[in-house]
Amino acid sequence: MYPADLKYTREHEWVRVEGNQGRIGLSHHAQHALGDVVFVELPKPGRQFVVASGKMETFGVVESVKAVSDVFCPLSGEVVEVNAALETRPELVNQDCYGAGWMIVITIANPKELDALMDVKAYEAFLASEGAH
Amino acid sequence: MTTPDHPLKQTPLTAAHRAMGAKMVPFGEWDMPVQYRGILEEHRAVRSAAGLFDVSHMGEVEFRGSGALAAVQRLTSNDAARLRTGQVQYSALTTEAGTFVDDLTVYKVADDHYMVTLNAGNHDKDVAWIRDHGTGTAEFRDLSDETALLAIQGPRAVEILQRLTPVDLAAVPYYWFVTGQVVGKRAILSRTGYTGEDGFEVYMSPQHAATVWDALLEAGSPLGLLPCGLGARDTLRLEAKMALYGNDIDEAHTVLEADLGWIVKLEKGEFVGRAALAKQKAEGIARKLVGFEMVGRGIARSHYPILKGGERIGEVTSGAPSAWLNRNIGLGYVAIAHAAVGTEIEILIRDQPVAARIVKTPFYKRPGS
Repeated sequence: MYPADLKYTREHEWVRVEGNQGRIGLSHHAQHALGDVVFVELPKPGRQFVVASGKMETFGVVESVKAVSDVFCPLSGEVVEVNAALETRPELVNQDCYGAGWMIVITIANPKELDALMDVKAYEAFLASEGAH
Repeated sequence: MTTPDHPLKQTPLTAAHRAMGAKMVPFGEWDMPVQYRGILEEHRAVRSAAGLFDVSHMGEVEFRGSGALAAVQRLTSNDAARLRTGQVQYSALTTEAGTFVDDLTVYKVADDHYMVTLNAGNHDKDVAWIRDHGTGTAEFRDLSDETALLAIQGPRAVEILQRLTPVDLAAVPYYWFVTGQVVGKRAILSRTGYTGEDGFEVYMSPQHAATVWDALLEAGSPLGLLPCGLGARDTLRLEAKMALYGNDIDEAHTVLEADLGWIVKLEKGEFVGRAALAKQKAEGIARKLVGFEMVGRGIARSHYPILKGGERIGEVTSGAPSAWLNRNIGLGYVAIAHAAVGTEIEILIRDQPVAARIVKTPFYKRPGS
């Protein structure tokens, strides 16, 4: 449920490093906790995000039937690609959270920020400590 | 929802819900299933086949004796005198200001016996209110702890329930009830619900709830029945424009403003809130609960501002994606000048005005109704 090649945040985003870019989405835990995702709002390509003193900016919004949740950008950089398919098929976040349900691709301005993210072992331990599955 | 500082209350089926893998949430004081497999799937099951809901958290009280009708009449806005034995009525427990202490269903069990169903979240408040405002000579009793309630709803609900009861369900009209047996257990079978579908609500002793639940699931599953949580219950009732207490109706809005004038019977005589409602009816209401659908991309949520040409004219009380109509719909109070069907409005979503339109309600009406 948690691929070993990804990095994870405490807000349940994942990052896949692809050269000097990072692909970002929501983890299995996040999509399961949300339930049916019915709306996704993403930034336009070109938007800049900054992680300052470890604080992540909101890059988008995910809505389930009942709840509205922010999604956070764990890397500083510029959005270069956005998953437009989620506009019409938000359910991809539930169906394929590490594949077709990805959200944005961002340039990695500061590779050191990756060190602050959890690897799969740390993330699974974090989920266990939160009483999640 | 505030986190209670004491253990959550459990229905007779709480353990069964957990065992079936339901996602449980605190709902007021109660530990309730919000969904089993998914809200959208459960919603569609109720519209296309059937759904089974545990709503045992609802409160039930009764008024008995020669003063029973007088007590109900004094406390509620609808005219309970019009009920025949075996009939159910939607009504409001009103404040002096004509706003909602709660919304209710009133059951006429006999000339000297009325049962009233209350919202779970209002139970304690309602019981205190009723005692404070006097029950006259009626004997008033709280039945909530001794009553479980299941709802089976959907186009195949009657067919499924009929397999488990000797009661001729076809002979029970909408908003009528009978006392009978379900899988040999004594129950009240009420042709009512909170989904916009045909179906029954079944009141019984808590000790029989698991037996009846299991039997309905077993009989219904081959016909497409799914167990459903409060999540689907909320989206279903919204499509049917049935008010949710705490969202669409509350102590701040009158029964007339909530567009429920049909449950205000001024001519029946004195009741709590009558003077305020009579005055408001004569003067006209300044705002009204309306239904809208999103034209632009976005989902309206409770408390989002409603705008007209950039000016605030009201506030959203309920909003959700409609799983059946594939539109994003909502309810909200707007100034009466802007309440007409067809009015173009905007919903302020994360500081962005998004186009919406006031539409005729209910959003969904079951075929043939």
